[in-house]
Amino acid sequence: MAAQDDAPFLRIEGVSKSFGTFEAVKNVSLTVGKGEIFSLLGGSGCGKTTLLRMLAGFETPTKGRIFLDGHDMAAVPPWERPVHMMFQSYAIFPHMTVEANVGYGLKHEVGLSKADRAARVAAMLDLVQLSPFAKRKPHQISGGQRQRVALARALARQPKLLLLDEPLAALDKKLREHTQFELMSIQERTGVTFIVVTHDQEEAMTLSDRIAVMDKGEVRQVGTPTEVYESPSSRFVAGFIGSVNSFEATVVGREASHLRLDVPALGGEVLTRDMPGLVAGQNVSLAVRPEKLRITKDRPEGPNCLAGHVKDLAYFGKDSLYRIALPGALVQAHAVNARRGDEGARIADWDDAVWVSFDPSSAIVLVD
Amino acid sequence: MSRGRFARWFDMRGWTLLLIGAPYVWLVILFLLPFLIVVAMSVATNTPTAPPFSYGGDHPWINLEPFSRVLTDGLYLRAFLTSIMNAFVAMVLCLLIGYPMALGLTRVSKSWRTILLMLVILPFWTSFLLRVYAWMGLMGKNSWFNGLLTDFWNFLVPLDWAIRSVPMMHTNFAVVLVMVYTYLPFMILPLYASLERLDPTLDEAAMDLGSRPYQVFLDVTLPQSIPGIIAGGMLVFIPAAGELVIPSLVGNASQPMIGKIIQDEFGQARDWPMASAVAVALLVLMVVPTMIYSRYQAKAEGAK
Amino acid sequence: MKRSPVFLVSILCFGFAFLYIPILSMIVYSFNASRLATVWGGFSTKWYVSLMSNEAVIKALVLSVQIAVVSATIATILGTMAGITLARFTKFRGRTLFSGLVTAPLIMPEVITGISMLIFFILMADWIGWPGQRGFTTITLAHITFCMIFVTTVVSARMVQTDRAIEEAAMDLGSRPWQVMFDITLPVISPAIISGWLLAFTISLDDVVISSFVTGPGSTTLPLLVWSKVRLGVTPDINALATLMIVTVGIGVAAAGIILHRSEKRRLAEERLAFRNND
Repeated sequence: MAAQDDAPFLRIEGVSKSFGTFEAVKNVSLTVGKGEIFSLLGGSGCGKTTLLRMLAGFETPTKGRIFLDGHDMAAVPPWERPVHMMFQSYAIFPHMTVEANVGYGLKHEVGLSKADRAARVAAMLDLVQLSPFAKRKPHQISGGQRQRVALARALARQPKLLLLDEPLAALDKKLREHTQFELMSIQERTGVTFIVVTHDQEEAMTLSDRIAVMDKGEVRQVGTPTEVYESPSSRFVAGFIGSVNSFEATVVGREASHLRLDVPALGGEVLTRDMPGLVAGQNVSLAVRPEKLRITKDRPEGPNCLAGHVKDLAYFGKDSLYRIALPGALVQAHAVNARRGDEGARIADWDDAVWVSFDPSSAIVLVD
Repeated sequence: MSRGRFARWFDMRGWTLLLIGAPYVWLVILFLLPFLIVVAMSVATNTPTAPPFSYGGDHPWINLEPFSRVLTDGLYLRAFLTSIMNAFVAMVLCLLIGYPMALGLTRVSKSWRTILLMLVILPFWTSFLLRVYAWMGLMGKNSWFNGLLTDFWNFLVPLDWAIRSVPMMHTNFAVVLVMVYTYLPFMILPLYASLERLDPTLDEAAMDLGSRPYQVFLDVTLPQSIPGIIAGGMLVFIPAAGELVIPSLVGNASQPMIGKIIQDEFGQARDWPMASAVAVALLVLMVVPTMIYSRYQAKAEGAK
Repeated sequence: MKRSPVFLVSILCFGFAFLYIPILSMIVYSFNASRLATVWGGFSTKWYVSLMSNEAVIKALVLSVQIAVVSATIATILGTMAGITLARFTKFRGRTLFSGLVTAPLIMPEVITGISMLIFFILMADWIGWPGQRGFTTITLAHITFCMIFVTTVVSARMVQTDRAIEEAAMDLGSRPWQVMFDITLPVISPAIISGWLLAFTISLDDVVISSFVTGPGSTTLPLLVWSKVRLGVTPDINALATLMIVTVGIGVAAAGIILHRSEKRRLAEERLAFRNND
């Protein structure tokens, strides 16, 4: 759905930000298309919030430039930017009603009549389904409703860019899932470009068209949710998004369309998908996601079969997590509990001897 | 929308400059400058001119005589000693009364606590002078309170020792008593603030581990309330040491406190340099406990 | 709730008796018919009548209230600016000196503040011919200076607790910094500003020491008048004056406390309700 023009809508060019000697953002370059939901994902202190605040104008880049719709934003103060933000704390004005909060930004809109303003506020309240609460004060509404007030308020001035700082972090788990889809549908209806800062990888995966994974002020990978999950570019990204079993490995050579690796921890050689640019003898990492590992009682056909025994297992309902001791490593494997049954129906039990196998195409080879 | 260059400058920088600048300039002119004048005055020479000071002349430009007099003249040393003693005793008494009161406040029910706290704060809002005055009414020879104390004393001691009234007014005892009275809320409030934060389960844990209540107090409650004790102590000691009004009303004129000395040097003796030197000395005396206090606070902040 | 130990309850009783018996005694004796202020001679309200007709007292009261209103108002404006500065601008040249300047007057003995201001005013008059005469102006200037420190303390404490994001949100929505201040910051911290003003008003109204230094001929504030009268001993009309002042303040503070308590309770109830209706 992201209709990408030729010239990117938002272009961040080599932006850095230092606070004293601490470099919060290091030489970040990104482009975001019009109408995209773009996430900045990373742990605390990775620089994602600083980057967002530079887009809003609260911080000035130490180096680099930011272009929005072709205009250089450097000298534009926050109050003149067509960029609005939904704050992590929601930052609802406590002394104003819901209605006044949503209408606050409109009072700066020159040439907007009182009636137009009221109509715009009403439309916004309708959009976030808060019309019955228009006259309430912020302390008289719930957390989820406050989140929607913040969203309506930021959207009321029809920004070119909406910045969302941890939009769902303050909500409880049930509400979060519901709100996620609501955010996406509102984005679809308004067509505003969203930039979402989050530390929650699941949130980033479901919400975004594209994700930028950040660490220590740097962007480590930019891609669609599938790209960053299935083809992470580095050990950091692989480990940050989802869980992963990772092992040191050495390239042995190529055969057919596969790559042969020597993995000491797995007690031998394995086959993986080929990756260009690798030479024999090179040190790499092998990463396999827990759900890509198959557990069987009998040795299956095909390559990459490893013998071990069940060290631990945890039952989660829809799936189970096995920890399997191989000769040189402990690996985690997820198995879906597709069949309904009592405890005897599970694949394997504590201390059972099992085979762990994986498809060459589902293994990830990481250089970085 | 085209806007003037001034408006743009005002939005970006001017407004902040105004916000910081106005109070800054005010304090520099009306607080810092007068204070620096006093410091400069303390090394000037007293002359019979108007205004009564000069630099240079027969003396060197800097005249340290006022300071040497502060350190050697018995009048000043006695006044400093009286001030420190009175303030210190008042501080200790405030602590002894205020601590159990603050502790008691944390133990009463919530609705009582609101009322009692208001009663502690209420005197803050009433006239300081009138609170001192209230005690003058009680301490006088003919008052019911003095009569009560006299009767009590006469009941306890043999007839030969009987007195007609308790000599309270115009003594150092009266000064200390009224100081305790007027400054007690300054002690209770910080103590209450630090005691209220304590986790009551710590007490229970300590008792559960076999401590008796008094041991719990010594091992758990007291150490954790030290910041409150120091804050309260400073809040009582500092104004008490520089007190001018209380001694002038209930104190002994032959044992002046330092505030009175400063006032007299300035007013009656017209010796501005001397008055300033005594003031600077008093300030140095205040700076030491204040620094201890702020170090404690910094430590407490760091521990958090 | 834990049971309160007997010792703590009795010291609370003793402590509050200590705090309030002198005041109650003074109130009772203000209705004393006897000329001797400390000997009971029957009930009378004559001291209140004589107080009302005492022109010096009325004049001093009017002067004190005028000074207190003017200085509390200016002190609140300056103190609010300083409090916001202290809480919001963490980095600017001269910040260390600034934070020193807003704390030093709190620990400075009043005698020293008074004497330094007096010397300052005398020297200024000598050098630039201003202030020509000490009185209303000099007292007000002095009161503004130390009252604003209290306002600063109250306001900056409140600002530190206020979510900075609401100011950024307003700026983000198109308000210039000064608009943010009037639309958002000041309304949100208004309880602190009001209590700051009340604090400044009471402190100014109550000040003796600093006023005694910077006053001039003909400008006797109420505390200065009371001080000079009380130095000569206890008199029944001062009892009456004290009673009036304490009762007025007591009722005011109690009413304010009750109103605040009630609105806080209502607010909490509404928040609980909103939380329960969470959808």
